[in-house]
Amino acid sequence: MTNWSVILGIAKTHLLTKIKQTSIAALGVTFGIGSYITLVCFMTGLNAMLDNLILNQTPHIHVYNEIEPSKNQPISLYNDVAESFNVVHSIKPKRSQKKIHNALPIISYLEENKDVRGALPQVKTQIFYIAGSIELGGNLTGINPVSEARLFNMSDYIVEGSAEALEHTDNSILLGIGIAKKMSLKVGDRVQVSPINGGIFPLKIVGFYQSGIADLDAIQSFTNIKTVQRILGEANNYITDINIKLYDIERAVPLAKKIEQQFKLTAIDIKTANAQFETGTTIRNLITYAVSITLLIVAGFGIYNILNMLIYEKMNDIAILKATGFSGKDVQLIFMSQAMIIGFVGGVLGLLIGLGLTSLISTIPFQTEALPTVETYPINLNPMFFVIGFLFAIISTFLAGYLPSKKAKKIDPVKIIRGQ
Amino acid sequence: MNIVLEANHINKYFKKPVLFHVLKDISFQIKKGEFASIMGKSGCGKSTLLYILSTMDTDYDGELYLNNQLVTNQDRDHLSYIRNKHIGFVFQFHYLLSEFSVLENVMLPAKKLAEKSYQEIEYDAFEKLKMLNIEHLAKKRASQVSGGEKQRIAIARALINNPSIIMGDEPTGNLDSHNAENVFNIFKKLSIEQGLSLLIVTHDDDFANKTDRIIQMADGKII
Repeated sequence: MTNWSVILGIAKTHLLTKIKQTSIAALGVTFGIGSYITLVCFMTGLNAMLDNLILNQTPHIHVYNEIEPSKNQPISLYNDVAESFNVVHSIKPKRSQKKIHNALPIISYLEENKDVRGALPQVKTQIFYIAGSIELGGNLTGINPVSEARLFNMSDYIVEGSAEALEHTDNSILLGIGIAKKMSLKVGDRVQVSPINGGIFPLKIVGFYQSGIADLDAIQSFTNIKTVQRILGEANNYITDINIKLYDIERAVPLAKKIEQQFKLTAIDIKTANAQFETGTTIRNLITYAVSITLLIVAGFGIYNILNMLIYEKMNDIAILKATGFSGKDVQLIFMSQAMIIGFVGGVLGLLIGLGLTSLISTIPFQTEALPTVETYPINLNPMFFVIGFLFAIISTFLAGYLPSKKAKKIDPVKIIRGQ
Repeated sequence: MNIVLEANHINKYFKKPVLFHVLKDISFQIKKGEFASIMGKSGCGKSTLLYILSTMDTDYDGELYLNNQLVTNQDRDHLSYIRNKHIGFVFQFHYLLSEFSVLENVMLPAKKLAEKSYQEIEYDAFEKLKMLNIEHLAKKRASQVSGGEKQRIAIARALINNPSIIMGDEPTGNLDSHNAENVFNIFKKLSIEQGLSLLIVTHDDDFANKTDRIIQMADGKII
């Protein structure tokens, strides 16, 4: 039978009379947990921001027609030389159409797949931006602006104007910010574009696009799919790319394979396209956790040290308690409860400090060309981090308290009393 | 008369640094209400015997009975309970918990026993302090009272659970003659008025001569 009120009463008196030591031990936990929360929220916030930078704009599967040489050259059709060693020089790519055959039925077929959040058609083409006598090369992509904004966070990269304006205005263009600067254009102006096969089309600027990658912003512009089809003089089933967004990114690889087989198209999944990027994320996470765990372990040793000292100071008290009828277990519980109280108070304070610091960091301005929509440092306030931090405070103080309290349990009162 | 404490052929060896036979076949009894003292030269084993009798030292051969019940080879938790309920202890040094008040020090063993409510325990503790004429110290910190007073507080603590026997390891060894006299008178009074059994280890001949019975020890044997 354990008499908790007596044990907690003794623990409380010990802690309160040594308030300085107690607070130092608790502060060790507080700083450990506080810096863990701050670090992990800040680092994962930055990581998520970097991930989104790539992942938000990138389709999970990109389907298009690859220009490539035929796998079977004519010579392989001749049975006469089948046994010979054939060498073909100067292989040229096969002439194939850029457009995806039967694109619209394929899109409606993909949309029915339960893994697919959306499949969006795009028309990509090279054009020239014409400013007086100067022609600037560039890319024009025809999109469904509102759907694009919904699935690929397009509106994060529109610094002026909106996706809706692009959708609803005929012959409009969302101009790359780099081109706009070069040509001193502003929203509402007209810009003339010319496709490779000739002709000049004036388009109305409804907004500017900034991806954060300067090279891209200097060539890339967006417009309505219909507008591009009109510029190219193609029918409304002329689609060059299909971008697919999935509910679960892990499904990208098998689905991409299936699409390639089923439609004889090239389908690149996000994992293949961004393999090096994922490695970077993994390593950054690894560093975050290594640093956090180090911090928490240091805090744990602090508690261990202070409890050890406390027990040496309290040898006499332990002997008296045991002589007057407290069992070894009672004595152990007294010191364990001291450790747990330190861990609990220090842990809760640490969570508060972590919350305070992260809130502070999230108000610090962070402006960069690369990220037009980010204004302050990103913080990932995941409740899971707080749960982990608190659990670690409790577990580490438990372990740090366990060894010294075990020693207190084993102290032989006779030795202490006779040793005086 | 009832027998409170009985030792039966107790042998004890120290194994370190060399094998040494400290207690040789000790057998004796303490009756209810008896005020006994153990005397002997330094190193004759009298304190060792006391710690065996107090159940704190369990490493011995032989049998120990408290209130006619075998104590030897009980598990440690049960021994703690026996110490708590049946044995009161007074040491040479005062051994109070210095961070607690005098009253809390006296109440602690009763709180551990948890047979009475907090109010009852507090009332009992006050009664014990009053009996020893130190009730005015109740609210003071244990570290703020004098040596003689501390020893009386320790006696009050030993009495709080109304034990069967009080054991003392030179309880007057660290006190001046006036305070030593005082402590002896308290013991004597407890023995006569309340029929309490006492077993005191002492060096002090004057103290021992005034007790009911002297157990003389030499070289680990009773003579």
